[in-house]
Amino acid sequence: MAIAEQDGNASGYAAPETNYINNGYGLKSWLLTKDHKRIAVLYMISISIFFAVGGLFAGLIRLELLTPQGDFSHSDTYNKLFTMHGVVMIFFFLVPSIPATLGNFLVPIMIGAKDLAFPRINLLSWYVYIIGGTLGVIGILAGGVDTGWTFYTPYSSTYSNSNVLIVAFAGFLAGFSSILTGLNFIVTIHTMRAPGMTWFRLPLFIWAHYATSIIMLLGTPVIAITLVLMMLERAFGFGFFDPRLGGDPVLFQHLFWFYSHPAVYIMILPSMGVMSEMIACISRKRVFGYEFVAFSSVAIAILGFLVWGHHMFLSSQSTYAGMVFSVITFLVAVPSAIKTFNWTATMYKGSIVYNTPMYYVMGYLGLFLVGGLTGLFLSNMGLDIHLHDTYFIVAHFHYIMVGGQVMGYLGGMHFWWPKISGKMYPEALGKASAVLVFLGFNLTFFPQFVLGYMGMPRRYHSYPDEFQILNVASTGGASVLALGYLLPGIYLIWSIFKGANAPQNPWGAKGLEWEVADTPPTTFNFESTPVVTEEAYQYGPIEEH
Amino acid sequence: MAEHHNSPTVGTYLAVFSALMVLTALTVWAAFQDLGPYGDLVAMVIACTKATVVIVFFMHVKYSSRLLWLFVGAGFLFMLILFAFTMADYASRGWLGAPSSYYLSIQ
Repeated sequence: MAIAEQDGNASGYAAPETNYINNGYGLKSWLLTKDHKRIAVLYMISISIFFAVGGLFAGLIRLELLTPQGDFSHSDTYNKLFTMHGVVMIFFFLVPSIPATLGNFLVPIMIGAKDLAFPRINLLSWYVYIIGGTLGVIGILAGGVDTGWTFYTPYSSTYSNSNVLIVAFAGFLAGFSSILTGLNFIVTIHTMRAPGMTWFRLPLFIWAHYATSIIMLLGTPVIAITLVLMMLERAFGFGFFDPRLGGDPVLFQHLFWFYSHPAVYIMILPSMGVMSEMIACISRKRVFGYEFVAFSSVAIAILGFLVWGHHMFLSSQSTYAGMVFSVITFLVAVPSAIKTFNWTATMYKGSIVYNTPMYYVMGYLGLFLVGGLTGLFLSNMGLDIHLHDTYFIVAHFHYIMVGGQVMGYLGGMHFWWPKISGKMYPEALGKASAVLVFLGFNLTFFPQFVLGYMGMPRRYHSYPDEFQILNVASTGGASVLALGYLLPGIYLIWSIFKGANAPQNPWGAKGLEWEVADTPPTTFNFESTPVVTEEAYQYGPIEEH
Repeated sequence: MAEHHNSPTVGTYLAVFSALMVLTALTVWAAFQDLGPYGDLVAMVIACTKATVVIVFFMHVKYSSRLLWLFVGAGFLFMLILFAFTMADYASRGWLGAPSSYYLSIQ
């Protein structure tokens, strides 16, 4: 991206004395900050804590499933473990992870703005998230919730004896936090682009976040209201979903999945944006079919709203509605495939650099491919009867959400870590963590495809003896995966104190955040507004760095 | 997305407030009338009218840019999608006979 601004500082880079990190010390300067980068760091810390909590629940689940007997936890406790794993991971990690951290940090810088459009609302979104998270933790400490993260009625609204109200309200608040983030992104991208930054010069990371924000804005209010209806029924006996009160339990599923299926795309689209940036950089090429990749993000966002019924093929939904949802679900594969093929085509004949982000890209492509293709199995109404509520489903969505989203999050974190922290991480350990995550992930979740196909249902703490060997493999894999996640946590923190200072543009990447903004960026990102004069990803011949 | 300068006057606000009050009274009155199957329809029409007035005037949509209109329209479009697909399920449950027709038979 050519820049007609600022003194050249490409060679002999000297970082500015004052940057967003050291511009103000003390807790107050962080907790009352309006700087999008500091808010991103606040989110990063909070989200990492929730990831650890959710991971702890996952570890306890895998420990229980090591043996066929339900000997580690009582069945009620097990119900709470998988519920709280789901609630914490989805509402407090996966949904906000990339948008609230990398998105918050990078969206203004990538488009040449000084901050997001509404800095106070940005800070408010973090506080709302923290209040929601705190309520969630209180609900967990008070005994947990056992409804499954889906809060299906009438169990949640009538029969469950666990802390449904407080945890559902926590999810409600987390939803508002993401509405505020999405609103901020949409307004910022529309109104604060630098001169010359036309829509088709935007980095694909921005297109992905724009599409994500649309889903956040249009979908999240529906889940918020749905949870409120469920809470009203539970607390005051209003008849929305309970048939005895004139309600309909399937209506809850319609309303719930109207948001919660698009929420999958809230989780995966930002990760796709991260991939586009990293693949262009490591291939030293413009993303193949830029416009198609950009519009496929929007297509995924829109089509994603028309497929929710595929979660309800066996919930008494009519066969005809099921057929429509099935066909549209198959259609969603098209924009996803466009992205995957275009990324592969970008790498074709590229000058590929084998660094840590590259390792994560390769892992992502493999895992997302498996996750996406098994999604086609499940779109098929007939096959879904066999696979519904089995471990096949569990494996499929973990391949998308963990294999796809978390690989993107970690890859992006490594890619932009020098920019965020001003420090370099140990490259060898970075590659090792990517390999560990990839191997551990496959060892954990691939056996679950087989288990599900053989008929092992999800959400039970005991199972027939013949399933044990695959469950032992899965639990073993989870240990490797945990190590793969722990490792970056350790060396990234280490790098803050002991890592070498990062140059302005360690990867020789294109984009305002690399070519113009300092490392780490200053509080207002740019000394003066940059002017963009060329398209994104105009990589030239490979240079030595 | 700068708002246009012709923002609503105090008179407009008072007129809208009065309209909302009248419509509220109408809702209460309609609730006590035996309108048969049209009772729900009448209540919904009044409620939608009130919501429209609030969105157009109190939320300043009338005085905002076309881009903002687009986003407001998108919200309604997606709400229509929610209603249409959900109702398509309920409406077509009886088409294949048992067992899903059971739902309709108990209505």
